[in-house]
Amino acid sequence: MAHRISRHGDSRSFPDGDPFLETGGGDAAVVHVLIGSEAGAALDPSDPARVVLVELDHECLGAHTGEDAGREGGRVLGFARYRNGDDPPSNLIELVRQPETDPDAIDLARAVFEDAGFEVALCSDQAGRIIDRLVRPKYNSALRFLDEGLATAESMDLTCRLGLSYPDGPIERVERGGLARHHDVTRALFEIYGTPGFAPARRSVVAAMRRDREGA
Amino acid sequence: MSATKIQRVGVCGAGGTMGAGIAIVAARAGFETVAYDLSEDVLGQARAETTPFFDKSVARGKLAEADRDAAIARYSTTTDLAGLADCDLVIEAVFEDLGVKQALVADLEKVCAKDTIFASNTSTLSITEIASAAEHQDRVVGMHFCLPAQLMKLIEMSPGINTSDAVFRAAWEWTEAAGQTPVETQDKPGFILNAFVVPFNNDAIRAVEAGVAEPEEIDRALKSGLGYRMGPFELLDMIGLDTQVRLCEAFYPVTLDPRAAAPPLLRRMVAAGHLGRKTGRGFYRYEGGKMFGS
Repeated sequence: MAHRISRHGDSRSFPDGDPFLETGGGDAAVVHVLIGSEAGAALDPSDPARVVLVELDHECLGAHTGEDAGREGGRVLGFARYRNGDDPPSNLIELVRQPETDPDAIDLARAVFEDAGFEVALCSDQAGRIIDRLVRPKYNSALRFLDEGLATAESMDLTCRLGLSYPDGPIERVERGGLARHHDVTRALFEIYGTPGFAPARRSVVAAMRRDREGA
Repeated sequence: MSATKIQRVGVCGAGGTMGAGIAIVAARAGFETVAYDLSEDVLGQARAETTPFFDKSVARGKLAEADRDAAIARYSTTTDLAGLADCDLVIEAVFEDLGVKQALVADLEKVCAKDTIFASNTSTLSITEIASAAEHQDRVVGMHFCLPAQLMKLIEMSPGINTSDAVFRAAWEWTEAAGQTPVETQDKPGFILNAFVVPFNNDAIRAVEAGVAEPEEIDRALKSGLGYRMGPFELLDMIGLDTQVRLCEAFYPVTLDPRAAAPPLLRRMVAAGHLGRKTGRGFYRYEGGKMFGS
């Protein structure tokens, strides 16, 4: 698969030294992968590549491509490599499509990442994609349970490790990923979905307040 | 009753999957174990599966032959509740219905000694409400094993409002003596495990309803991104979609948590008979035990 990578700011998906950065090359690329925090802003409608991939943070792909009453989509897809806070990035690429995205473009995009050894999960262009949409309410529950005294943090984490074979528990994971970051993510999701499960948990609000105060 | 005095353990509902596993745990750990159920047939089936389980443990080097023989010798069955009269600890794993469990506790009080501890393996019901049927509520405690009980170490231990500290401590120490790992939770719906899993699985179903992704994409994402052994749809198909509905119906009226309400897609699939592995079709299709795409 002929692809090339262009970098536009720091990338959460592919930090410096990531082997993926060494792949691709050549002007005749079929797929153009834009990475970095400014990847969306660098999107060029006249890009000659057949498929263009844009690294996303929490925003929807539509923020960069525009939307058209459910008819949006073409040769541009979004992607993000899942990463819990500052943990090393996982092997998962969430690949974001729009309603009318070209199926051939999806296949080509998937192939770029799978050829590089990643697992790819295809999802629609919705806030939180798959992972954050599903785990953030769970982390909120865990933080609320902690406040309510259901069990200690250690008991909750141990229960999830032993009872569900999770590699880590919800409290240790959300704390490792950063409570303030959890607040930012859930606040953004709550703004869009408005459902109680996404409302930032008290402990994350406290963490965000302290971060903001210390940063002021 | 202290844990060191617990020598004889009764298991009610021992003909069922969970009860049979609990009986194995008790017998394997060195306790005289009386497996109780209503029918000789189901007890016979449970016993027929217990001996091969111990045999496999021997074959895998996890149990000495002499220990297997001793465990089997410690295991007896009865269909007469009076057969539990001499038990120091009775663990119930009967049908998940408050009335059924309350009636059982009340009946056990009539045949067991005054210091016998009654433990409930309920996963959704209140320990305090179960205990309310007992004259001596202080001796009823929550002891929730995970499936399959004979393999999973975790036990969620919950005191009811009237459970005495001594009973809770004795029950806790017994679980440790049985080689299990107890964690303490409050007496709240779903304790820890199901309080996380039931809403989480519903969220995953709602993500499919909302067109976020197909079930296999979601399962792949969670396994790859988070290191989960199973994705939510693989898990739902394994436990049964009808079971998930029952769990929702137990949780939602108590918690009023919207995430605990059964999603419409789940109800439609149950209505269509797509219950998961047991019917050959749930979020995935199964043929001869093998899984195919959704």
